[in-house]
Order: sequence, then structure tokens, then C-alpha cells
Amino acid sequence: MSRTLAQKVWDAHVVRRADGEPDLLYIDLHLLHEVTSPQAFDGLRLAGRKVRRTDLTIATEDHNTPTDNLLTIADPVSRTQIETLRANCAEFGVKLHPLGDPQQGVVHVMGPQQGLTQPGMTIVCGDSHTSTHGAFGALAFGIGTSEVEHVLATQTLPQALPKQMAVTVTGELPPGVSAKDLILALITQEGTGGGRGYVVEYRGPAIEKLSMEGRMTVSNMSIEWGAKAGLIAPDETTFAWLKGRNFAPKGQDWDDAVAYWRSLPTDDGATFDKEVFLDASALTPFVTWGTNPGQGASLDAVIPDPESFASESERAAARRAVEYMDLTPGTPLRDLAVDVVFVGSCTNGRLEDLRTAADVLRGRKVADGVRMLVVPGSAAVRAQAEEEGLHEVFTEAGAEWRFAGCSMCLGMNPDTLKPGQRSASTSNRNFEGRQGKGGRTHLVSPAVAAATAVTGHLSAPADLDAVGAR
Amino acid sequence: MEKFTVHTGTAVPLRRSNVDTDQIIPAVYLKRVTRTGFEDGLFSAWREDPSFVLNNPVYAGASVLVAGPEFGTGSSREHAVWALNDYGFRVVISPRYGDIFRGNSLKQGLLTVELPQAAVETLWDLVEADPATAIEVDLVAREVRASGQSWAFDLDDFLRWRLMEGLDDIGLTLRHEEAITAFEGHRPAFGVLVG
Repeated sequence: MSRTLAQKVWDAHVVRRADGEPDLLYIDLHLLHEVTSPQAFDGLRLAGRKVRRTDLTIATEDHNTPTDNLLTIADPVSRTQIETLRANCAEFGVKLHPLGDPQQGVVHVMGPQQGLTQPGMTIVCGDSHTSTHGAFGALAFGIGTSEVEHVLATQTLPQALPKQMAVTVTGELPPGVSAKDLILALITQEGTGGGRGYVVEYRGPAIEKLSMEGRMTVSNMSIEWGAKAGLIAPDETTFAWLKGRNFAPKGQDWDDAVAYWRSLPTDDGATFDKEVFLDASALTPFVTWGTNPGQGASLDAVIPDPESFASESERAAARRAVEYMDLTPGTPLRDLAVDVVFVGSCTNGRLEDLRTAADVLRGRKVADGVRMLVVPGSAAVRAQAEEEGLHEVFTEAGAEWRFAGCSMCLGMNPDTLKPGQRSASTSNRNFEGRQGKGGRTHLVSPAVAAATAVTGHLSAPADLDAVGAR
Repeated sequence: MEKFTVHTGTAVPLRRSNVDTDQIIPAVYLKRVTRTGFEDGLFSAWREDPSFVLNNPVYAGASVLVAGPEFGTGSSREHAVWALNDYGFRVVISPRYGDIFRGNSLKQGLLTVELPQAAVETLWDLVEADPATAIEVDLVAREVRASGQSWAFDLDDFLRWRLMEGLDDIGLTLRHEEAITAFEGHRPAFGVLVG
């Protein structure tokens, strides 16, 4: 029978199937960080349980860590949470990449860079952006703390088979339009609940042409339109990226693995429960104006009139968003002045993202009054960027070159917006207060972030060439 | 987990859609390492506004939250469920939820009922007209009842059974430990091992 990529991965991990019950799925890799694990370890202790497979479990520190130094966590509550992770990993025998370790970083950057993320695997983490790993053709999804405890204890999860959706992206991305623009446009097209109940497969020529970094950006934001997971079929791009990494198979194992991975893509004739299409060639740089990732528009557009939306619940959400974001309908998006530009996160904190931002900034300056933070997704990304001299481009432009972590993606560490500040951010969520209480977030691509830093208002690199910095 | 069969309580009408888990509990409250005591974080940014519905004394003591679509989207933080539970909610009613939040809620005995938008709007109107309106949420019959009206809701048989029995998932899974061990014997040699 013809099967989809997701079905093949699913079927290969069913430990137990019984009528009227969810399947029991085996988990190949469990990623941990400090925020969603302490209560799970407590649960194990209370029940006298141990971690079943420490060899399939790995932890890092990212959400609470500072990005201005590697030694001191000033906030005592954050420090306690980090220390709790260290104590739990030591007690239960789990490998940890702590602050200062060369492999430390945002959990969804740390895993792939070491070759831990491979096609056909099941991967979970107490973090909704675990969907990132789907870019390799892995079935990867975020879980809650109760499920973290369940996986620690049993290395399995009971899961009901989700529906399948194909997202076919036809055509070719125009120059200057990136994976981030693609996924932001898709989320606006489908809405924040459009993927609810589905495992999605991104496919088509525009997806095949993306680098692994670009694919990870797309898969990363699957959760922002409600999808359980977002997979991309493994291909030569995937294999080339993986080969030689620390945990990639070696020798005969590599050949066996590649042979297996080649069997994973969706069979011709396999059917999806739903199909969605997007024409890449029609896309432009895309940004959000509102307070959920589905409230986006082309950078060429204006702030929409809330009354123009189809349903009352969308109109109410738009009215509230326009008020929170302090916007006037009809204003061109390019007229919005920002206080802060953030380049980083599990969405856009990889080497390619930093290269893109550096290419725009080279020989230019960050506008007066704008603060720009460049935060590599991991210590390894930081080291690679420094080898290429990217850090010098950033610092010469007047941006801050910082240490790896989640940083300003979420308000859990010292990197936050002040109330009323407006940001252009390469992260994934523009929720009210997400980057700090009262902060206003516009989600953008790395190229748009860098161009915006130069002009001080939302801009694309093409604007710099056309008119220079205003 | 506490068993859930039928719950009757008053409700809070939250006329908002896309109530993401960052709104339910902001990240600053996630630094704690405990599993209880999160009631102070619930909707903490919105509660600073005196006109926010949860600050209206007529809804004090309510145990059912009636919200717009896309409730609990975003971050996987189970703290959102803990905060709702700790504040005193036993039931949320919304047309649609974020997947991870929904899964978390049903593991923690917080019943998340899906009703169509029209039913949610009727409930909002009823509760706003009379905040003392009793909402009866019957998991056994899979039905919500209020002011002589009733709405059926879907919930998977297995999940319903687990909630009604108050069962611990890990305990259920460990009944099949032999199957897990057998599966582990057949994993491919090229698979990743961290340690």
C-alpha cells in the first residue's frame, strides 16, 4: 500500500497497537532543556523511576541563559532552574551541554548540528518548536511536561494517528525572498488553526531547492499554524548536510542508513487527507503586523482595516492587535519605525541566517537609536561565524554580537523589550508580551531584519540599494 | 489525577480568540521548578487591567472558562494547564484548541470541551446576562447543559475513560513493558546513541 513519509516513520515506531487505544510509539531521541523538565524529573523521583534510555536522551541549557556572558546567571530564579537541570542530569545520568560547553545552544540548533537529528527518527522535546527536526524527514513534535516524564520513564508515548496534509510549494522563490517569508505567508494564508490535527509534509520544487537551514525554518514554524509536525522528505541535500557530523552513521552504517532513508519519501499514489498549495514565485518579503503569526502581510502592504476580515472573531482579534501594536490601519508597513532588531532563535539562528544578515550589513551601519542583537543559535554556530569573520561585520555595523541562547525570542532571560518598544525579530512568535511585557513584535526574515536595522524602519535589502539609508 | 465525571459550576466569558499559552501564563512564571502555585501567573498581564473579565467580582468562584477559538495555541508549557487548575478552573469550553495544550489538559484532569462557535456565543450571552448561570459539564454523557439547553461534544472513548478513571498514563504504558523491550531488540544498528 502506498504510504506517506509520515506514515512510514509512524509505522516503524509502533510498539503496540490495540483497537480503541492510541498507538504506543517508540521515541528515538528525547531532547531536554531546563524549563519543561524539572517537574518531570520530580515525578520520576516520587515514583521511584529512572530514565529508561539515557543513551537516547540529551539536555542543553537555553531558555534562561544570559547572552552577554557565559559565567553568571544574575536572576536567582533562573539560576535555580539551571542548577536544577544540572542536578537532575547528574542524578539520572543524562548527558548535558551546559552554558559554556562548545555544543551548548538552543535545543533545536544543538541537535541537528551534531547530527543527532536524522531522517526517519521520532524526536520529542518539551518545546513546541521541536517541529524543526521535521526538516530532516523525522517525525518530531513538542510535548508537555507530563509527556516528558512519560518518555523519560518509558521511552514511548501513546499517540493517536493524526491526519495527513500535503503543502505543495510550486515555482521558485524570487531573489531576496527566503524560507522565512514562505512560511510566514503560508501561516497567514491558512490561519493559526489551519494545520490543527494534521501532520504536514512540505513538498514541491520550492521546498526541494531550500538548504537544510531554510527547511528547518519552515518546519520550525509548523506549530504556528497548529500542525502537529512538519516533515520534508530526505534527499541529497539532507544526506550531504549530515555526512561527517558527530553522530551521523559511519562506514557501513552510513550506507545502510542512506539506503533506508531513500525508502522514506512519500510513495507515488499515497493520499493525503488535505492538500494546500502555495506559489513561491508570487511571494515577496513578508512580515507580521499583529499579535499572532497568522496576522501577516507582504512588506509592500499597509496595516489592514480590522473590519475587512471575514469573520467576527478575526475582526475582534485584528481590532485588539491593532490597538496593542499601536497601529493605524492604512499605514504602509515600511513606515513602522523599530527600536530593536533581533537576529537569532531556533527559527533563524543558524549560520546561513547570520551570513544573510551580515551580507546586508557589510559596509553599512545600524541606524541611530536602533539596538540590534545578533544571537547565534548555538556556541558552535558562534564559533563558525567567527571563523568567517561575521562577528566583525556585525560589530563594525554597530550591532551586539552575543553568546548563544533563546535570548529575545521569549521573555525568560535578561534580553527583553521594554514596554512599548517595537521590534523586528527573526523569531517565531509575535504574541502580546512575548519578547517582554508590553513589547511589540514584527516577525521578519534575517534579510529584512538587517535592512530594517540599517534604515530604522521595516525594510527589505532591495530598499537599501534603491534609495540608500534614509 | 482526580477523576472527572460530571462538573457543575459557574462560568467566566472570555470573549477572545487566539488566547495563546504566553497569555495564559507569561514566560517569567516558567522559571519555577515546582508543579503547583501557578494561580498568580494566570493571565497575569491581562489581570493588570481592572476591566479584564477575571477581575469582575460577579465571576468570582467560577470553575468553567468559556473562550473563543484557537485557545492554548503556541508554547508547549504545561504551566498553562497548571495555572488554570490552580486558579480553580475544572473545564474550558472553546471551538478549537492548540494541540499540545489540549493534550496537556487531558493529562491533568482539566476537561477541554470543544463546542461550535455558535454554542460558545450562546454560553457567553447566558453567562453575561446572569453570571450565576450553572453550567453542567457531563463527561459521562458527553454533553454540556445550561439554562435548559444542551450541546453534545466529542471526546475520544479512550481519553474519556482515562479521565473518568483518573488514570496515570505512565502506569498504563508500563503494563506493556515487555512490548517496549521487544521493540528495543529490533532497532537498526545505525540508530543514534547519545552516550
